[in-house]
Amino acid sequence: MFPSQFDYYRPSSIAEAVGLLGANPDAKILAGGHSLLPAMKLRLAAPGALVDLGRIQELRGIRVNGGVTLGAMTTYEEIQDSAEVRQRVPMLAEAAGTVGDPQVRARGTLGGSLAHSDPAADLTAVFLALGGEVAAVGSGGERTISADDLFVDLLTTSLQPDEVITQIRFPVNGGTAMAYEKQEHPASGYAIVGVAAVLQLGDGNVCQSARLAVTGCTSKATRLSSAEAALVGQPLNDERIMQAAQGAAEGLEINGDLYASEEYRRHLVTVMTRRVLQRALSTGTN
Amino acid sequence: MSATLDAPRKLVGQPLKRREDPRLITGAAGFLDDVKLPGMTHAGVLRSTVGHARIRSIDKSRATAMPGVIAVYTGQDFLDLNPLPCAWQAGKVQNNVNTPRVLAVDEVHHVGDPVAVVVAETPYQAADAVEAMAVDYEELPVVVDAKRATEEGAPQLHENAPNNVVLQWTCGKDASEVDAALAASPVRLDQHIVNQRLIPTPMETRGAIGRYDPGTGDYTLWATSQAPHVMRLLITAFVMGIPENKLRVIAPDVGGGFGAKIFLYYDMPLTLALSKKLGGRPVKFVEDRSENYLSTTHGRDHVTDVQIGATEDGHITALKVKTYANLGGYLSTIAPGIPTTLYGRMVAGCYKIPNIHVDVTGVYTNTSMVDAYRGAGRPEAAYLIERVCDLVADATGVDPADVRRRNFIQPDDFPFDTGIGMLPYDSGDYEPALNRALEIVGYEDLKQEQARRRVGGENRLIGFGLSSYVEVCGVAPSKWIGLPGEGWGAGLWESANVRVHLTGKVVVTTGTLPHGQGHETSFAQLVADELGVPYEDIEIRHSDTQGTPFGFGTYGSRSASVGGTAIFKSVAKVREKAKKLAAHMLEAAEEDIVWENGRAYVKGSPDAAKTIGEIALQASVAYDLPEGMEPYLDETTYYDPPNCTFPFGTHVCVVEVDQDTGQVELNRYVAVDDVGNVINPLIVDGQIHGGIAQGLAQALYEGAVYSDDGELITGTMNDYAIPKATMVPIYELERTVTPSPTNPMGVKGAGEAGTIASTPAVANAVIDAVSHLGIRHLDMPLTPEKLWRAMRMAQA
Ligand SMILES: Cc1cc2nc3c(=O)[nH]c(=O)nc-3n(C[C@H](O)[C@H](O)[C@H](O)COP(=O)(O)OP(=O)(O)OC[C@H]3O[C@@H](n4cnc5c(N)ncnc54)[C@H](O)[C@@H]3O)c2cc1C
Repeated sequence: MFPSQFDYYRPSSIAEAVGLLGANPDAKILAGGHSLLPAMKLRLAAPGALVDLGRIQELRGIRVNGGVTLGAMTTYEEIQDSAEVRQRVPMLAEAAGTVGDPQVRARGTLGGSLAHSDPAADLTAVFLALGGEVAAVGSGGERTISADDLFVDLLTTSLQPDEVITQIRFPVNGGTAMAYEKQEHPASGYAIVGVAAVLQLGDGNVCQSARLAVTGCTSKATRLSSAEAALVGQPLNDERIMQAAQGAAEGLEINGDLYASEEYRRHLVTVMTRRVLQRALSTGTN
Repeated sequence: MSATLDAPRKLVGQPLKRREDPRLITGAAGFLDDVKLPGMTHAGVLRSTVGHARIRSIDKSRATAMPGVIAVYTGQDFLDLNPLPCAWQAGKVQNNVNTPRVLAVDEVHHVGDPVAVVVAETPYQAADAVEAMAVDYEELPVVVDAKRATEEGAPQLHENAPNNVVLQWTCGKDASEVDAALAASPVRLDQHIVNQRLIPTPMETRGAIGRYDPGTGDYTLWATSQAPHVMRLLITAFVMGIPENKLRVIAPDVGGGFGAKIFLYYDMPLTLALSKKLGGRPVKFVEDRSENYLSTTHGRDHVTDVQIGATEDGHITALKVKTYANLGGYLSTIAPGIPTTLYGRMVAGCYKIPNIHVDVTGVYTNTSMVDAYRGAGRPEAAYLIERVCDLVADATGVDPADVRRRNFIQPDDFPFDTGIGMLPYDSGDYEPALNRALEIVGYEDLKQEQARRRVGGENRLIGFGLSSYVEVCGVAPSKWIGLPGEGWGAGLWESANVRVHLTGKVVVTTGTLPHGQGHETSFAQLVADELGVPYEDIEIRHSDTQGTPFGFGTYGSRSASVGGTAIFKSVAKVREKAKKLAAHMLEAAEEDIVWENGRAYVKGSPDAAKTIGEIALQASVAYDLPEGMEPYLDETTYYDPPNCTFPFGTHVCVVEVDQDTGQVELNRYVAVDDVGNVINPLIVDGQIHGGIAQGLAQALYEGAVYSDDGELITGTMNDYAIPKATMVPIYELERTVTPSPTNPMGVKGAGEAGTIASTPAVANAVIDAVSHLGIRHLDMPLTPEKLWRAMRMAQA
């Protein structure tokens, strides 16, 4: 498994990285390398150059500022281990802990996962359900992209080729219940179906707002809008949850493969939605 | 003739930590890819991307011109090399043997078939050049399913094998006799059973480095091999036509083999021939994982229809088995022996079954070659008969444990001949292992818990599965395994040399070799006890044909029982000679010498003892030896075992099945094995652990799948699921000990037992969990979707 030849750059600032990307149109950003390098080794990708973000200090670290802001190069392991994240966005830490195996979590980054938009990635759905946003810097300057606008299609985002995700921001609101449920592929750990749920609960467990997102079975992480609609304004009990779960897969275009068919995944969307809602409720609000 | 050892046991039986581990786990080991030679070049292999085709032409012009490329060759350049031999032509396959050449000539027969080779200065350049080559294929129809390949109108792979049949083999009673027994049986069952294709997936892939020395005309091969001496023989005498003594084969540290590294592969003669073409520059080839999946041998792939006869009280009266064994596009080194001798002759398992007929059709298909994979034939047999036991239990209402008990071969039946051409089982006592396993797991409580959950309508069902297995190890007596037309036309004895150096240090060579089994530790324990020298003073040397007597290598759980016995016997010879010399040194009669813990003394005077070191010194300096004695303590044994060994045991697995998703969780795993006497319990436990993991992976996770046009769909580890540490349960191991009468140490073998036992234990458990829904059988791997569908169908 030898990739074809490429040039390698290791900038030390975001500006330098953006400059390198501009100067090398066939360059790719290298973050944790756990999606890009396997693709290169299988010769499914053959970028002419890699711009390694590994030495850019500005892209690291976790900060609390009302919400929680993570540098794009924050690894799954750092997210899992962060007391700030565990306390404020527990689902993010929980989901990071389900990615692949310890080796993958030690290298793979949140920024890389979102930028890659793998249809079976975990944190894409989590990011979408949490209603996060990314800050991206490119030759045109800095902009903010909301979760609902980032994922475009299979392995495709609204990022420009020379844009670098620098930060990922998550809102933190009181009264929020959240959970992530997934059935994983035994080989890779990727989601067969994963559902992330974030519920804003009022008195009597009345659902004030709901954001649910699915991954693993659709071409990109996708909101479960019919389930959301079935929840909002309703007091959440078992019956209501069942109802929302039953209709969760409605209108979704679901993909199947050798390991899990479209029909089975559709069924799992219902099961995972029910479970994630039950668990979010039982864990309670922050 | 059970185990009696001269010396009091001190190290044998102790759980010593493996002496090879510090090297292996700190990165100090030397695997094939760590070998770097001056002037070394790198080979890259161009492989067929189609399942079946004629090669019209290969365009190598672009590749040849690329940076760093030294040479590009195709199959036409190696017509002087013979096709690789198929050594075990069981089932009289002589007339339709088709084996690969180092590179395909004219036709390719499976995706991954090597068609050209690039030699370059770096592996990167070689890979780039391989990508730059183009092959013009005239595509031919493809068949990947064994049964389908034998049917009318199926694509034909080889001219000399009509209907793609490699072998048509039977064992046991005549079909008509068994038909009659079936007809007379009060309980009659039929079952279609698939034993899916597996990819062995050793941690280290395969490869070879060939070097030709133009000065001497000598060749050296470094290869990831379980059998370097056999490789030397096959490469020289069968493929290259060079003298056997002009090739040295070295197996560096080998990172797992599981059988797939027993065989002769194209890259071994290819790198040697390339080095000669390049005037002696060494040529290295190391597979990447994708290549490993495509062109190293696969395992299993049986489709079986079994007809079962039984009595109302669960006695199995008749078994008629029809199996199609998929052997791939060509025959690998010992492929025909696996579904015949090692499968067909083992289908009786641990049971007395009066009427058995086995019919095996070995078949060519447009898939990778299939050969021995951990257990080799016995896992297929154990899976079949252990599914049969549960089917009989289900049909008769007899408890699965009682079905096994009622059919077990009894302790005083040994040696026991199952009547289907296997050697007689050496020794056994099957029921205590079964009883103990059930006791540990709490069988009666489990049954209650199962009923409770079923009645209570709980989502998580519980199931438990038994697997009582017996297997054949310690391969093998030459006069049995060697029989041409049935056996492999050669012996399976083993050699050992034991040499006590002048300074009292001991060097032992063995024709067996480790690829994870800890030979260096176990054998040193054995020698330390038998010779009475410190463990630290003993070196176990292996894996290099230079300076070691011929040996057959490591597979078939043979190292301890065959290789170990050769060592044991060489040590005994050394001891005898040392005793003679001690008598001379002590001026006493040999009969009066007592040998104890590496010291020799005259009966009654233990204080005036001579140590083995002193005796070795005397033997080496040699100026005062008894009349006629040769210098040095140096003894060699070629040991041919009188029988194989037959380890056995019972495994019990407890699973939970999530009805909502079909997901299986492994709750508990209890294994009570009997591998005879145990040299190092820690190593045996490790072998059992790894074996169970590999076997349960077949039940739940693994399965190689080809598309109808011959593409390996599960071609990466992203799709082909091998078990991770988090996917296996905590193992609860115990042992019973029934020494083997076959060898003086009473050992049986432990390398494959876990794999053989665990597949049926897990599959039986999962099927048991859903059996109340009327589900009788499901084919592996038991993926969540498969279970979900089965449950849904059953409930509909
Ligand atoms: C064995 C294995 C198991 C895995 N299991 C899982 C799993 O269970 N769940 C899961 O979600 N994932 C899984 N993954 C994928 C893993 O999470 C990857 O790490 C992740 O998808 C990509 O992150 P990375 O940092 O490795 O990015 P890279 O591979 O370096 O990059 C991925 C892509 O994103 C781009 N990119 C990276 N960073 C940025 C940035 N800051 N701005 C703009 N573009 C950027 C790159 O150019 C590239 O195109 C697995 C991977 C492996 C190898």
